[in-house]
Amino acid sequence: MSVVADSRRRGDSRVADVLVLILVLGLVWQAFYEMAGDVAMTPPLATIGYAVRLMLAPDFWPNVRATLDAFGLAALISACVGVPAGVLLGVHRLAGDAADPVLVALYSVPKIVFYPVILLSLGLGLAPVVAFGVLNGVLPIMIFTMHAVAHVKPIYLKMGRSFDLTAWQLMQTIAFPAALPEILTGLRIGLSLTFIGTLLSEMFAAHAGVGHLLITAMQLNQVPRIMSLTLLIVVFAALLNTVVVWVEHRAYGHATDS
Amino acid sequence: MSGTDQQAAHVVLRGVTRVYDGDGGTQRVHALGPIDLDLLRGQLFSVIGPSGCGKSTLLDLIAGLSRATAGEITFEGRPIRGQVPDGIGLVFQEDASLPWLTVWDNVAFGLRRRGAAPGEIRRRVDDALKLMGLTDFGRAYPAQLSGGMRQRVCIARTLVLEPRLILLDEPFGALDQQTRLLMGDEVLRLWRETGATIFLITHAIDEATVLSDRVGVMSARPGRFLEIVETGWPRERDSRIAEHADFGRITGHIWSLLRDESLKAMGHGPAVQ
Amino acid sequence: MKPAVALRTAVLAGAVLLLEVLCRAGVISRFTMVPPSAMLVGLVALLRSGSLNGDLLATFTAVAIAVVSAVLVGVLAGAVVHTVPRVRRILDPLFGTYYAIPIWAFYPLFIVLFGLNEIPKVVIAFLYSVVAVVVNTLLGLDRVPRVLLKMARSYRMGPFETGVRVVLPSAAPFIITGVKLAIAYSLIGVISTEFILSSRGVGYRLSFAYLGFDNTTLYALIVLLLICVTTINQIVYAWEQVLLQRWGRR
Repeated sequence: MSVVADSRRRGDSRVADVLVLILVLGLVWQAFYEMAGDVAMTPPLATIGYAVRLMLAPDFWPNVRATLDAFGLAALISACVGVPAGVLLGVHRLAGDAADPVLVALYSVPKIVFYPVILLSLGLGLAPVVAFGVLNGVLPIMIFTMHAVAHVKPIYLKMGRSFDLTAWQLMQTIAFPAALPEILTGLRIGLSLTFIGTLLSEMFAAHAGVGHLLITAMQLNQVPRIMSLTLLIVVFAALLNTVVVWVEHRAYGHATDS
Repeated sequence: MSGTDQQAAHVVLRGVTRVYDGDGGTQRVHALGPIDLDLLRGQLFSVIGPSGCGKSTLLDLIAGLSRATAGEITFEGRPIRGQVPDGIGLVFQEDASLPWLTVWDNVAFGLRRRGAAPGEIRRRVDDALKLMGLTDFGRAYPAQLSGGMRQRVCIARTLVLEPRLILLDEPFGALDQQTRLLMGDEVLRLWRETGATIFLITHAIDEATVLSDRVGVMSARPGRFLEIVETGWPRERDSRIAEHADFGRITGHIWSLLRDESLKAMGHGPAVQ
Repeated sequence: MKPAVALRTAVLAGAVLLLEVLCRAGVISRFTMVPPSAMLVGLVALLRSGSLNGDLLATFTAVAIAVVSAVLVGVLAGAVVHTVPRVRRILDPLFGTYYAIPIWAFYPLFIVLFGLNEIPKVVIAFLYSVVAVVVNTLLGLDRVPRVLLKMARSYRMGPFETGVRVVLPSAAPFIITGVKLAIAYSLIGVISTEFILSSRGVGYRLSFAYLGFDNTTLYALIVLLLICVTTINQIVYAWEQVLLQRWGRR
């Protein structure tokens, strides 16, 4: 049996798996609705209807645009700061060892704690939203990158040196490709956390954005709106995750287990 | 072990074959056999063969960890069928010491399950530790020991249950050559002191020759015995038997049998996959 | 003192000193931040007054309940899912996307289900933590060396006994990682919920101080949270290190 046929079969079963998951989640959702009633939530099919109405409303897309702008900027900054910083800390062992516990400690602190500091220094608007997104995303990126670079198997480097490679060539042809899978994982997690950080901060630091729509709906207790917004957010996050995983797979599928 | 029992067959294999069915996309693999073998009680028998020939499969079958597709295996007259019988002890190539238990607790592991009395457990574990030279390390954790010592812990754990048949699957594969030679002497010493039957898999020809009363030389996959070589060594032996005049002849003979099979296993000659 | 520790201490001390100077010099205005020394003084005063005690209790009780339940449910669920690979494959995308879901949006739902009390907060924290425990439990169960399973069979151990005496201890390091994450996520869940949705607890006091322009209290609370979180993490980390040292990394 060919490898291609095998992977096509696996692809089909994966689609089936996702459908089963969606179906099961839908049923659980419906069950909760039966228990809690209209006062707390809307059922799956009705929510899809509301979501469509939401997407057709004129005020929706400008807010999406605002969120995506903030998210994109925050993600870009997180990556551009996180990866080089991580590489540096990974390469310079002393700095890395000194920084490691601090980074890990910061990673576990609820970022919301720094929230007031950001608001006080940057006010309201785009800046605090981006700042909060970066705060959430840059740490995992740094930590994973630093870890990946520091833990490149010494035997690879030994082999590289036996070919008389310069430090730059070593980095480029051996160290970086070897560390890349873990760096990508860090980027994926960072991206996810940046997204959630952006949403969270929009809830009170912005006058625009999907997060702002959400908190307004929560304050006015507009249940259909809360549900449909959440649904759209979840769908977006799922799509984002799928794309990133697909990219990871295309780049490293041959090297990792499926 | 009475004299009349000495040459009684301890384990008997007749027409034993192992075929792995292809499931889904994988091919059907004829891994082993047919094998006919009599393991004599109290003897030390090793199996040597090229990679992939099915040596470990054979050990799994004798242990009862796996079922034969065809043929029959009996241990002490009773058939083995998918369950590890009482009286068999196993030692594996990979480190099977439990990292969360001390050496003492590791050795006591099998005994504790049996619900033996605490005094009995203590006595037998202490004896096993003494036998393996581990008395000073009772409170250490495996992570603090070298590879060779961890294997000794695993052997002690097996011995404490006083098995009549001990199966060793390339037990020294992960160790360096010099440690291997010393561990081989240990095995011989234990063999003499316990009187157990020993079945050992190895890929080192010199090891097989030194340790065994008989060496089963296996062909490439599907593994079958090409020949069973008798060494005729005295029971009181150790690694210095390598100086014996016959040592070179026997190892040379085994290699001449193995060489072609090993080439086949490496992919030169009839395809294996 | 190890060079890394010296470097770290020097940099942190330097940063705090810099903040102190900048604040006192007026470069950073009092409306943005108070000097670190004032933060500490404020914290001590706050703790002595005892006004914080009720909130501290509320927050840490909620975190504790969330962590314990997340670990118990998570390990069990992880063990169950591990035995059925199909279910695991189906749930995989859920695990991947899970942390992008705004769980706090379900707060109104939880109020309806559980009432206007502390339970919704704990439920949110639980939901945040449990998936991390499940994922790490699955990883740990994956990594049980096959030779140990073979060894268990050689002792004729049944599946339950193998699970309890061999699989679970072997997976312990990963489960501990899950516990660490559960603690972190529960803290985040509880404090965030308190901050945004104003119930009781330290997060609520934080929000209250911010909205009331009480910067001294605000920063005192931030410092307190930093100290508490770091201490908890250090304790768990130290305990984990002891175990890993003893058992060796597998």
